[in-house]
Amino acid sequence: MSNLTLVQAINLALAQEMEADDRIILLGEDIGLNGGVFRVTEGLQKRFGPERVVDSPLAESGIIGTSIGLAMAGLRPIPEIQFEGFMGPAYDQICSHAARMRTRSRGAFTIPMTIRVPVGGGIHAPELHSDSPEAIYAHTPGLKIVMPSSPYDAKGLLISAIRDPDPVIFFEPKRIYRAFREEVPEDEFTVPIGKARVVTEGDEITLISWGATVVQCMNAIEKSHRSIELIDLRTIYPIDMPAIVSSVKKTGRVVIVHEASKTCGLGAEIAARITEQCFLHLEAPIQRVTGYDTIMPYYKLELEYLPESNRIGTALEEVAAY
Amino acid sequence: MPITTVLDTKIRRISILNEHGDFDAELGEGLIPDDDQVRLYEHLVVCRQYDEVAFKLQRSGRMGTYPQNKGQEATSLGAAYALRRDDWMVTCYRENAGLFWHGLPMEHILLSWMGDERGNRIPEGVYCTPLAVPIGTQMLHAAGLAWAAKYRGEDRIACTFFGDGATSEGDFHEAANFSANLDLPVIFVCQNNSWAISVPTKIQCSAPTLAQRGIAYGMECVQVDGNDIFAMVKATAEAADRARRESRPTFIEAVTYRLGDHTTADDARRYRDQDEVDAWMKRDPMIRFRRHLEDRRLWDSQKQADIQKRAEKEVAAVVKRAEEIAAPHARDMFDHMFAELPEELRVQRDTMRTSSIGQDPAQIEDAVEVTNP
Repeated sequence: MSNLTLVQAINLALAQEMEADDRIILLGEDIGLNGGVFRVTEGLQKRFGPERVVDSPLAESGIIGTSIGLAMAGLRPIPEIQFEGFMGPAYDQICSHAARMRTRSRGAFTIPMTIRVPVGGGIHAPELHSDSPEAIYAHTPGLKIVMPSSPYDAKGLLISAIRDPDPVIFFEPKRIYRAFREEVPEDEFTVPIGKARVVTEGDEITLISWGATVVQCMNAIEKSHRSIELIDLRTIYPIDMPAIVSSVKKTGRVVIVHEASKTCGLGAEIAARITEQCFLHLEAPIQRVTGYDTIMPYYKLELEYLPESNRIGTALEEVAAY
Repeated sequence: MPITTVLDTKIRRISILNEHGDFDAELGEGLIPDDDQVRLYEHLVVCRQYDEVAFKLQRSGRMGTYPQNKGQEATSLGAAYALRRDDWMVTCYRENAGLFWHGLPMEHILLSWMGDERGNRIPEGVYCTPLAVPIGTQMLHAAGLAWAAKYRGEDRIACTFFGDGATSEGDFHEAANFSANLDLPVIFVCQNNSWAISVPTKIQCSAPTLAQRGIAYGMECVQVDGNDIFAMVKATAEAADRARRESRPTFIEAVTYRLGDHTTADDARRYRDQDEVDAWMKRDPMIRFRRHLEDRRLWDSQKQADIQKRAEKEVAAVVKRAEEIAAPHARDMFDHMFAELPEELRVQRDTMRTSSIGQDPAQIEDAVEVTNP
């Protein structure tokens, strides 16, 4: 076991998978010589060479489009998009091709590609460096979407993503890249895609979140005297509904927390599915604590925008008292 | 300090068999063996027949929207002839002649336009990619496929096709830049057919050639008479050699013309003059090729009648094969979403419902029995 940050856990997973499988190529802006702007790929070009850790031209559509070609030829590219706000230029390649190639060709071509993307706010970054676009991609059939909230899960989920035969967007919550350390096994292990994690058990309220806001939820639970079951979704698509349903049947009260804006956020989907599957178990309206339906503000206001423990705590009290 | 010239460049243009049937023996002699010339011409006749039948299938309601290839078949065929069978052909949707030469069974293209994804299920051992509808996006896939070959130490290359309009798309520029900067064995074949639906090439590019777009990325570029199959073979063979030996990309602007409408949903009379079309009719690649073969005593009117008959028979058989393929099953839309179907999708497939009460028989007393057709 090593005591690792989330960044170190991802770096370790990349190195171990690259060691084991020479079909893996990393490509992206500044990922080679510079080790990535967050140093996630630090040391990998030196270790595996410039043919396998490639400093690409500055072109997100090009990064994803060439990765699709690499994957169609049977390699396992791991492109990095430097910030989630720069996914826009790559949207066409991700949604028009990566997501569709298997079904379009009825299985003749597949895209075993893991797109790594730092995501979310809270690091005092400029505009379009702090957004949370996971629901956009969850709404695109053909993609799997993953977002870990801990170093252990980051390593295990990334290895699962790399080995997955279909395209996976691996969102890395940059706010907690180095926020804390955790014991992570040195050997390779996997955390399955599509399985949520019960972080804390409780029987009064089900609290559902993913990514960096899981930490805010834990802070809120610490301040609360109530018995709260925190579910870290870990995978955005496919959603682990059995984990949610079994918790909601126990608690009857639900608060969903995400950084992304409220309207058509993933919270809406989860709330709809809870009413579909546990309608008679609900004791209160499902509550969402999310980013506002505004543009993600510049960083002087970002902490006002991001769900933090007090806002979450208020919702927990309201839903308990309903 | 004086002002100096840092770049002074020229664009070569290759023409071997011109629209009047003049043949440049110095460039063209020995380029294509005689029997291959005959085979290529016969292939063009079959493909022209295919194109006309496909058009009629759409008009008679037996097929959906179809983009006619008429007039520009020599471009993709000449390129395909110069490629190796295991090189990648990464096309958009107007390269039937080249794709069939490269090994794609002819019913596949019909099946796709008949609204069935199985047309895109490229058979094992055929090195082409599914029809790419979003304009210009497939060039990046070609770069990636070529990159993979280079990474593995294979000498396979990738040849990608696109139109004049596609050179306005960002993805073209990114693909050109990646290919040149990463030394990828890619051939870019721009089928400049003068029209992107209703928009003429001059609105896509104010420079005198599209070929010179390659210069900006530091790659070799050349303009070719795209209706001259000899010129296409020569340009592509040179580019393939460069790709294989030096792992360098080439941009080929093939000047051709779309004699038909953009697709069967289009009416080109709304935006272009018949005089222009008539002038290009005379530059049809098949007219000059036939005359050339006749000049060399490789062809005569009896052979023409024979191949026409054979083309009709072959294409009729292809149509029959395509139409006999049973309609897809409703569950097919689910089965290739992922290698392993997530539970939510499995339930949608098995119940053919998205309404949750309908999906869960336990929630209603009289669950409707659901069967797939």
